[in-house]
Amino acid sequence: MSALSPPVMQVANLRVDVGETGEAILKGVSFELRAGEIFALVGESGSGKSVTSLAAMRLLPNALRITGGEVRVGNEDLFDLSEADMQSVRGERVAMIFQNAMSALNPVQTVGEQVAETLRLHTRLAGDALRKRVVQLFAEVGIQDADARYGFYPHQLSGGQQQRVMIAMALACEPDILIADEPTTALDVTIQAQVLALIRGLTRSRQLAVLLITHDMGVVKNTADEVAVMYRGEIIERAPVDAFFRNPREDYSRRLIAALPDLSHFHESAAEEALLQLDDVKVYFPIRKGVLQRVVDYTRAVDGVTLKIGRAETYALVGESGSGKSTLGRAILNLETVAGGQITFLGQPIHSLGRRAMLPYRKKIQVVFQNPYSSMNPRLTVAQIISEGMDSLGMGLTETQREDRIAALLQRVQLDPAFGRRHPHELSGGQLQRIAIARALAVEPELIICDEPTSALDVSIRADVLALLQELQREFGVSYLFITHDLSIVPSLAHRVGVMQAGRLVEQGTAEQILTRPEHPYTQALLASVPRVDSP
Amino acid sequence: MKPLLLWSDVLIYLLVFSLCAFFLRLRRDPQIREYWRQVFSTRVGMVTMTIILVYVGIALLDSLHFRRALEPVAGSPHGEVFYGSKVSSVLDVMMDGMGERFEATYSAPFALDSFEKQDMKDDAGHTYRGFPPLEHAGHHLSNAEERWADVLAKSATALMWGVLFSVLLIGPQWFFLRRSPFPWSASWVTQGVVICLSVWLVSISRYYHVLGTDLGGADVAYQSIKGIRTGVLLGTLATLIMLPIAVSLGVMAGYFKGWVDDAVQYLYTTLSSIPGILLIAASVLLFQVYIDLHPDFFSVGLEKADARFLALCFILGVTSWSSLCRLIRAETLKISQLGYVQAAHAFGVSHQRILMRHILPNVTHIILITFVLDFSALVLAEAVLSYIGVGIDPNMASWGNMINGARSELSREPVVWWTLSGAFFFMFVLVLAANLFSDLVRDAFDPRSGAGRSAT
Repeated sequence: MSALSPPVMQVANLRVDVGETGEAILKGVSFELRAGEIFALVGESGSGKSVTSLAAMRLLPNALRITGGEVRVGNEDLFDLSEADMQSVRGERVAMIFQNAMSALNPVQTVGEQVAETLRLHTRLAGDALRKRVVQLFAEVGIQDADARYGFYPHQLSGGQQQRVMIAMALACEPDILIADEPTTALDVTIQAQVLALIRGLTRSRQLAVLLITHDMGVVKNTADEVAVMYRGEIIERAPVDAFFRNPREDYSRRLIAALPDLSHFHESAAEEALLQLDDVKVYFPIRKGVLQRVVDYTRAVDGVTLKIGRAETYALVGESGSGKSTLGRAILNLETVAGGQITFLGQPIHSLGRRAMLPYRKKIQVVFQNPYSSMNPRLTVAQIISEGMDSLGMGLTETQREDRIAALLQRVQLDPAFGRRHPHELSGGQLQRIAIARALAVEPELIICDEPTSALDVSIRADVLALLQELQREFGVSYLFITHDLSIVPSLAHRVGVMQAGRLVEQGTAEQILTRPEHPYTQALLASVPRVDSP
Repeated sequence: MKPLLLWSDVLIYLLVFSLCAFFLRLRRDPQIREYWRQVFSTRVGMVTMTIILVYVGIALLDSLHFRRALEPVAGSPHGEVFYGSKVSSVLDVMMDGMGERFEATYSAPFALDSFEKQDMKDDAGHTYRGFPPLEHAGHHLSNAEERWADVLAKSATALMWGVLFSVLLIGPQWFFLRRSPFPWSASWVTQGVVICLSVWLVSISRYYHVLGTDLGGADVAYQSIKGIRTGVLLGTLATLIMLPIAVSLGVMAGYFKGWVDDAVQYLYTTLSSIPGILLIAASVLLFQVYIDLHPDFFSVGLEKADARFLALCFILGVTSWSSLCRLIRAETLKISQLGYVQAAHAFGVSHQRILMRHILPNVTHIILITFVLDFSALVLAEAVLSYIGVGIDPNMASWGNMINGARSELSREPVVWWTLSGAFFFMFVLVLAANLFSDLVRDAFDPRSGAGRSAT
């Protein structure tokens, strides 16, 4: 079928380089978009996928320049058009939606007016007809109670609804082509699935040609018709989706696919005794109002959580943003005041210990944060960063012992010991996260709280870091409390899983239980929205 | 000759040494070194830095004070030496007595006669009104017609000496630095211009008043140059008094939050709601009363002026910390939420160590930018304060006082423009250089400008 319909947009041999240095960003990219089909461009950050779409729309930042190739929409080459003609192509024939809808919407104008304004620019509609058309568009993109939402400001809508408004705006001028640049990356998984379904539905009903740019293989698998993998400015593999997932040709593609969850085997936990035990833990943040800052109410960030982590066990705490999972992690580290309940570590209640009394336990509970760039002091060297905990917790090492230990730790996390003299800004995200792990390991902890340690990393690096964490667990017998919003990494990692929603633990059990036989409707919804590749 | 140590002399040398030590310490951080490299790899950075260093150098030379021994008078006990109450500095010596050639009153630049008419007697003994010839200008000329030709000839000679000095001073620099990656040539050109100008000024000043004289008959060029020390010292000293207050309060407020934050915020909102000039004027006047009531504390007049000057620096510093404090508090609030501070908490690192190791080094860029920006603002503030009469003691040369004097001079007919121009020129060059330099520093250090940071 796809071979028969003529291409709506053709990109041929597109080349882009950095104006100043001449470094090539795109090295001859070619593809076609066809009506009623979704073409997915997949790659990690820096592979050039966004530059491709910007170059095609002639929206590149000044530092980059197009050095060759052509982009044809219908019979016109976009690179031959005047800027004024190009302006009408953008919007009327090609529409774009971006990752962050909140920043693309004007915060002081109602969403209805913003869409109406686009319509006014490109059509002759006015007055009631204009409003009716906007409401109709809102209904089409699945905004409920569309008539009332017309008068809403962007901040009154959720992230998913904002993205729907963006899509309505993009569709307002009846374009033939839609470019969607990571449209769902900023959204929670359950919302992500709905928005993708919407894009897919619109592609069929309106016969749109869609260019979907994403880093997420799951999104591709569930949404696209054809896929192209980008790597360092080149398309290295291109195939229909089914064929691609059945039989990827390139090594790199295989690695990307391998990052998807495999639900065929799970980890079994053998741990009996509890290392860490939480009983009905509550963390409340006061809401203060008025001149005297009186406490009028509390935000119940964590509202009665009971769980148990055994030795050498990984407990995955899953939930969407704002569910209180990170706050719980901070409470265990004694960085938040616990409002109620009890945290017991090795049989000793630790939630009420003072700064000094907590010190012996600091050695045993460590933490790895989400963003490796902000979790290292940019002014210190890697060796100084790693030795911080050893110094402050008084490991009683001599200078040479300490240096040996740092070198050994670096080696253990598969880095060259020479990295000790470098500064964080010289290293990549994956390397930094390894150093964060080495820093935690330096004090020989028994429990490491991993707060979304891989969500800032690219897919192919993510797998390496997760593998390293598991290796270290086998070797040192550390336990992990693994906080994540990404269910897809859970099966390869966790022994037990807890699902958090609005401060409460709605369901917990072994990984197999939760991932194959979820009972709570929220868990089921979460699971249903995880893009997955079924094992053959 | 007896050296005289003014409090501000001690301070300026301490300041310069501690600043040097501070920058040497900063040099160890490779990222900061990279920022400085960025600043100095531009021509503007080199030129402005050279100019600032010249100003600082002049201020330092002008801070080595001494009192000359008086000629023994008949009847004084043998062997006992008395010292004059006039205080000179090394700079005065280098300027070859430029400050000692007083006239009766105003005279225009390069003038031979006074600017104001006076009763004079001719050879026959008749009294008439006319412009009396100046005491220290143009005596070597046989008639007034030769004046401009003489100025030109003397300038040419001076220029030759200037070029010779420049070659002697810049030559070795060229030899050692010719392969340096920085645009030293820009600095050398600036140095050359500065050297030629100063040689010219000193040599011409022997025969003429290059910028004329003021109401008291003092050489305006000399006064303007003496104003450099006051300006530079006030700028640095007030900033350095303000910095520790702002930094320590800001960091504590941002880090400890809670009641500490409330207290600090209360302090600075209160302070910034009082009109600054009024507060400064009141404090200066209070201190002036104190000085007047204790004359025995000060052996020469300059010491009094110096004490008032220090008080002014102190007051300016104490009243101007609120904006920097606000900035630092906000930055600290942000940093203390970052992963590395959280991780340090998880390691049980002490508060003091977290502050010193994680927070302070990461607000240095704000401190540095503010230091350079505030410097020029304070030099200008001095002029404003002297203008309304609560600034520097009138006995001390300062641009503010000169501008204050120009108030009445500009309303005269014919107008006396040179005092204002002299002060304005020297102040303008310093403030412009400091501002351009601070722009560069900000561009390099401010993470928000984008050029500085590579991470994230």
